[in-house]
Amino acid sequence: MSSRRSRDTGGIRGREAAAGWLFTAPALVILGLFLALPILMAAWVSVSDWRGQGSPFSSSVGFVGADNYRGILSAESGLPARDFGTALRNNFWYVVLVVPLQTILSLLLAVLVNRKVLRGRGFFRTAFYFPSVTSSVAIVIVFLFLFSGSGAVNKSLSWLGINGPNWFADPRGVAHVVLGVLGIDEAPALLSDNGFLSLSWWEWLAGPSVAMSALILLAVFTTSGTFMLLFIAALQNVSGEVQEAALLDGASGWQRFRFVTLPLLRPTLFTVLTLGLIGTWQVFDQIFVGTQGGPAKTTITPAYLSYTSSFLNNRWGQGAAIAFILFAIIVVLTLIQRWVLRERGVPKRKRYVPDAAVVGTTR
Amino acid sequence: MTTRAPRPAAIALATATVLAMSACGGGGFDEGSDPTDQASGPAELTILIGSSGPAETDAVTAAAQAWSEESGNTATVTAAQDLPQQLSQGFAAGSPPDVFYVSSDTVASYAENGSLEPYAGDLSNVDDFYPNLREAFTVDDQFYCAPKDFSTLSLIINTDSWATAGLTDEDIPTSWDELSAVAEQLTTPDQVGLTTSTEYQRLGAFMAQAGGGLVTDGTATADSSENVEALEYVQSVVEVGAWSFAADLDSGWAGEAFGNARAAMTIEGNWMIGAMSADYPDINYQVVPLPEGPAGAGTLTFTNCWGIAAQSDNIEAAKDLVEFLTSSEQQLEFASAFGVMPSVESAADQWRADNPDFVAFLDQADVAVAVPNQVGVSDVVADLNAQLEGLSSGDPQAILDSAQSNLEAIL
Repeated sequence: MSSRRSRDTGGIRGREAAAGWLFTAPALVILGLFLALPILMAAWVSVSDWRGQGSPFSSSVGFVGADNYRGILSAESGLPARDFGTALRNNFWYVVLVVPLQTILSLLLAVLVNRKVLRGRGFFRTAFYFPSVTSSVAIVIVFLFLFSGSGAVNKSLSWLGINGPNWFADPRGVAHVVLGVLGIDEAPALLSDNGFLSLSWWEWLAGPSVAMSALILLAVFTTSGTFMLLFIAALQNVSGEVQEAALLDGASGWQRFRFVTLPLLRPTLFTVLTLGLIGTWQVFDQIFVGTQGGPAKTTITPAYLSYTSSFLNNRWGQGAAIAFILFAIIVVLTLIQRWVLRERGVPKRKRYVPDAAVVGTTR
Repeated sequence: MTTRAPRPAAIALATATVLAMSACGGGGFDEGSDPTDQASGPAELTILIGSSGPAETDAVTAAAQAWSEESGNTATVTAAQDLPQQLSQGFAAGSPPDVFYVSSDTVASYAENGSLEPYAGDLSNVDDFYPNLREAFTVDDQFYCAPKDFSTLSLIINTDSWATAGLTDEDIPTSWDELSAVAEQLTTPDQVGLTTSTEYQRLGAFMAQAGGGLVTDGTATADSSENVEALEYVQSVVEVGAWSFAADLDSGWAGEAFGNARAAMTIEGNWMIGAMSADYPDINYQVVPLPEGPAGAGTLTFTNCWGIAAQSDNIEAAKDLVEFLTSSEQQLEFASAFGVMPSVESAADQWRADNPDFVAFLDQADVAVAVPNQVGVSDVVADLNAQLEGLSSGDPQAILDSAQSNLEAIL
């Protein structure tokens, strides 16, 4: 069909476009109403002096420029900036530990339960996936009991002769604890006098608090099952013939995993890392239910801080500003991660080759 | 190449959609924000409460019904799941509840953004409220809302442990030294002498007894030597092992540690009466005033008020309702239903007669100070509490210095 004809007559194709808009209209309206509009409103609130009274678009609400952003970033504003720095510090350690741990663990579990020789594979898949389908609130509450001072975890540790900490009440940074054991209790002046975002470098280096560590274990426990499922799906797409070919070439088990399976899992790995990164930077429910930011503010996160500034302190502009900074952090980190995981030395049109083509070339 | 809808058309459609939606939304937001737009005829009031349980909800519902019958208006009570959040949503949507609970540490933030109607000065029973409670809800010389009830901190003693340790009524501590002495005597391998949480909301009582406080006449005084003295005293008792913080006893709050007999004494408010009879009916206890410090007696008081939304269409009816709810008789009803103390002095004698075992709570009303209510203080107190969690091994002066600089930034 020539383009000339449709342009001349405005015939069948032209009406197709209108029909297309008609069919997508419900989705567009819903997305606009529940996604675009709230984001635009939040963006406006983050640069306004709205205090939660009536519409943020009413005439009494003024534009304050970057004041809200300055209020949480500049050291001169005191407590809000310190809280935000603390929240970023806490969440940074959370992300740095949770994302690699859950990715490695879920890949390991996927490889294990994907083995054809494993008996009761169905049972193990269900068992590992179970935490993911359980309400996170329920899991947090169970963890609160497990990790209480006289709870099951400390009881088990005591059989090994270890005197466990009072997990959810212990604000000490894990890195500080380790350094303390090595005899370093005081920060070198270089670290304690300089800092970033109202926290000294020594405070940044504290590591997750003992309480946060328990939440890190919780996150790894709950999300590994979900990502295991993604890896299983990807592993089942890895054709047996590729493995066979590698076997014939004399590759060992580890080599087959490292040089054949893992590269083929790259798209899934990217998905898992991206989802992990986004999910961990937005951590909220565990904090809200479990610790409310305590002990000693070592489990406040930007998402939780955004909630408390808006809903409890009526500082909506500041809350929205935190949300947008968090958004920027996630976007930037995702882009960096995309760049790091890019396929090097492969022409663009050949990237992410489907299995059939790979099979074709190996034959 | 087939035809596509031209790009400008797509943008126009998208823009139109968003505009249409904000237009629909915009109309609703502004309604009811005009305070002069008052309704006439019988009023329909909504009351949002942060209830401690069914007893409180039922009592407030019954009172609202009684008022409805008397006045010809209607009042509906809703118990909030999460009061601050539901209030925020109500204010943002332009349809807040007419009457709701406001705690003394958040009153300034609601007053500052214009949410609250400053009505309390007009009430006929305004002089009947305790002066320090009036003070707690006064922002910029405006008495915003009527205190609905209050509580104070007292020393709660497990009488069985007390007798086992060979102590008598003579030994009830009246000074800091006596407190630490009995705490040490009461400490056994299974039970610590005294437990509290580490919050300012408990340890602040000792600051008051030492003559200190976070804010004095509008200026920050967190780093005063009196406050340091108070925290050092607390540390000294903790050091000898006679005082443990609730978190270290695996308890969510000190009342739990006390109820589980892991501590022989605690410092809590009158909510303990309800908690003990509901959760720990087997523990025998006694309530006595807190010991006096170097500057005399002192304790902390906590209170909520009946806030009226400035956006309400029925402010006059709401005032009438609050006057009814804060009347001496009605407050005594609440007191017997869920264990609070009336905020009016005229109900004090009757309350004492009804609650002979708990008079210590009310006897301290005159020496009780409220948590400072300036805007932003709740954040400073939250930060102070975060640091006080490390009090056992921390430096009181450093903790108070940082609270001081945070306070100076907001006052």
